[in-house]
Amino acid sequence: MEVSVLEKQAVIEMRGVTKRFVDVIANDKVDLKLYAKEVVGLLGENGAGKTTLMNVLFGYYNLDGGKLLINEKEVTFNSPKDAINNGIAMIHQHFTLVQTQTVLENAMIGMEGSFFLDKKKAKEKLLKIEKQFGLNLNPDALVWTLSIGEQQKLEILKALYRGAKILIMDEPTAVLAPTETVELFETLRTLVDSGHSIIFISHHLQEVMDICDRVIVLRNGIRVAERTVADTTIPELASLMVGRELLERLEKGESSIGEPVLEARNLKARNNRGIVAVDNLSFILREGEVLGVAGVSGNGQTELSEMLFGQVKPEEGEIFISGVEVPGGNPSEIIKTGMARIPEDRIATGLFMDLSVKENMILESHVSEPISKNGLINMKEIRDFAQNCIENFSVKTDGMDVPVKTLSGGNLQKVILARELVGKPKVVVACQPTRGLDVGAMEYVHQAMLDQKTEGAGVLLISDDLDEIFLLSDRIIVMYEGKIMGEVSSEEADRDKIGLWMSGVTS
Amino acid sequence: MMSEIFSVAFITGLIGATLRMSTPIILATLGEIITERSGVLNLGIEGTMLFGAALGFLTTLATGNLWLGVFVAALGGIALSLLMAVLAVYLGLSQHVSGLGITLFASGLAMFIYRLVVGSPIVPPVITPFTPVAIPLLSRIPILGGSFFTQYSLTYITWALIPLVSIFLFKTRAGLRVRTIGQNPFAADTVGVNVNLTRTLSLAAGGAFFGVAGAFLTLAHQNMFLIDVIGGRGWIAIAMTIFGNWNPLMGAVGALIFGFLDAFQLRMQTLGVDLPFHIFLMIPYLITILALISVSRKATVPAGLLKPYRREDKGG
Repeated sequence: MEVSVLEKQAVIEMRGVTKRFVDVIANDKVDLKLYAKEVVGLLGENGAGKTTLMNVLFGYYNLDGGKLLINEKEVTFNSPKDAINNGIAMIHQHFTLVQTQTVLENAMIGMEGSFFLDKKKAKEKLLKIEKQFGLNLNPDALVWTLSIGEQQKLEILKALYRGAKILIMDEPTAVLAPTETVELFETLRTLVDSGHSIIFISHHLQEVMDICDRVIVLRNGIRVAERTVADTTIPELASLMVGRELLERLEKGESSIGEPVLEARNLKARNNRGIVAVDNLSFILREGEVLGVAGVSGNGQTELSEMLFGQVKPEEGEIFISGVEVPGGNPSEIIKTGMARIPEDRIATGLFMDLSVKENMILESHVSEPISKNGLINMKEIRDFAQNCIENFSVKTDGMDVPVKTLSGGNLQKVILARELVGKPKVVVACQPTRGLDVGAMEYVHQAMLDQKTEGAGVLLISDDLDEIFLLSDRIIVMYEGKIMGEVSSEEADRDKIGLWMSGVTS
Repeated sequence: MMSEIFSVAFITGLIGATLRMSTPIILATLGEIITERSGVLNLGIEGTMLFGAALGFLTTLATGNLWLGVFVAALGGIALSLLMAVLAVYLGLSQHVSGLGITLFASGLAMFIYRLVVGSPIVPPVITPFTPVAIPLLSRIPILGGSFFTQYSLTYITWALIPLVSIFLFKTRAGLRVRTIGQNPFAADTVGVNVNLTRTLSLAAGGAFFGVAGAFLTLAHQNMFLIDVIGGRGWIAIAMTIFGNWNPLMGAVGALIFGFLDAFQLRMQTLGVDLPFHIFLMIPYLITILALISVSRKATVPAGLLKPYRREDKGG
């Protein structure tokens, strides 16, 4: 009987919550209720205001309007400390761990007790929690030695160490392999059984259907719908999230597979910690095909792309473009081959955020004719070139002279696409090309990749988004710990098998 | 000449001088380690030391009380570090620019206050400085006892502070918070630790160390205030912080090596070797550069160093 009473009382209620940033309303009068022993999914596109709303609940942002109630009592949070004291913990998408400290130190920070650290007592407490919830980690291990899945376990342990009853999880599955996701969901169910409540942020609809009891959909900062999972479907949630019927209609186009355009032979590289990240990796990419490189991020994809882009010299192995070996670690030689390079991090490596749109567009062509002649650059040529790019790739910008940082994420990616694709490349290497983009921009990028293939280029698509890999690829290879776990044509590809490969299981 | 170098008197004298010369550098290094462990590089160190040297000297000149001089020097160091906290922590300005600004400001201020109080007499005023204290029994140990255990009180205190700062950083609640903030301020904030306050307190603690380090030079090492009394020792402490990989014990070892080289070069000058004395003056600095080149490539810089922490940034 008591349980039913508990269920009626909301453990958390956000009433008309509004949060503004300088000139943007991130959340506009949003209502949200969470009951005991419940998993609520918070669904929405990038920029819909999910994370902001949760940061308000977590006391990280002050709210600009509305009310916050815990167990039906109004509260004001000025810092995360207040949220923690009310039993709320948030597990951020980017983990908040100190890599150079131990599991125990990360768990106990903020909850140390007396002036001198009592690590023995803290360790006992941590081990007890680990045992209770089946989250086994060595308390003395340094965080940087842990896998991503283990680091997430530590984040959950941190929350439980603080006695949190309410867990906010911001896209927890984005960094996990399919098997790790299964494990996480088991943990979440254990937590719910023991009386915890969970807010689960995601844009993976299947996962939301699997783990949540109820779903709240945000769009442009506004709460647009609420459904119980039993009463909704994936297509309905998708159209609620995007605000229109969602059916990505891509023109696959016809292309014929031709000569090899890019070949990697026995490539090896280390990451910045000196650990082997790419290990004896070989593949051949041919004209007119999309070769998808699947894998959970952090399995050597970044290092592979850096080698192909000429940013990093391979420790071993060779790279051939159209049958000719290219010197490693030399970006300008790669640019000369005409390879289109679409980097993983468009802000850090793809663009100079403070330079203008036109300057970003000529980054690779400013050393050659007609833009540059006798060491001088020709402004008129630059303007013509940039105008051409802006029109052909429909970049939305206040002209070519504004700093590129004033553009939206999708348009930033279009600037890169324009720069890289306008010269009709034979090889396109795209690393996580749609990461962080909204659905419309994503569609644009996908179509651009397919168009390149139709025009005869070979496209290497490195992505941790399995849907994207399946949508675009003709052939799929899976990377795990720097090695290729397997290769399969897209007709024969089966999700379960690829999921196993992604977690290092060969069958 | 070789026989002179290997004489007992030369060696015991060298050891005694090494411990004296390294005292202000160890103090300043410990202060900088605490500060940088919290994620703030305090380049105000050189000026803060000069300010401490001037305040300590003037206080003692006026009152005749050496320990009051040390105390006021510490307060002066704290005051300047709080100014650093306003600029670099609360306003989030560049730590490089703020720190260098404070060094320039504090150097000018130190000279200004000194002139204001003593004017510019032909013979600069002097105080009666600290005298070395012989520790009973220990100082009687044959040969080395005298040089190790006949030192200034401030030197003994400095030696005690090396393990104390280590214990503070690695065994206490506050130390864990300082280290966490220096590595990942966001992580600290999300568990309810006040990032900016902790950084401010770390700066203040470091400032007290800088002030006393400066005062050691005018109250013990010498008995007067000169504008170049610090002589780049603050910058050396920055180098020793890196050399010691932000570890108090290793930083002190670095400072000790520098003190040894400094003491050694002074003695080489007096032995009458036929080289310009500038060459000898250069030796400790040259070896510091070489040591940094070999060691600092392996150094693990606190990941949050130089980064002001802001909460309201969208997208966090």
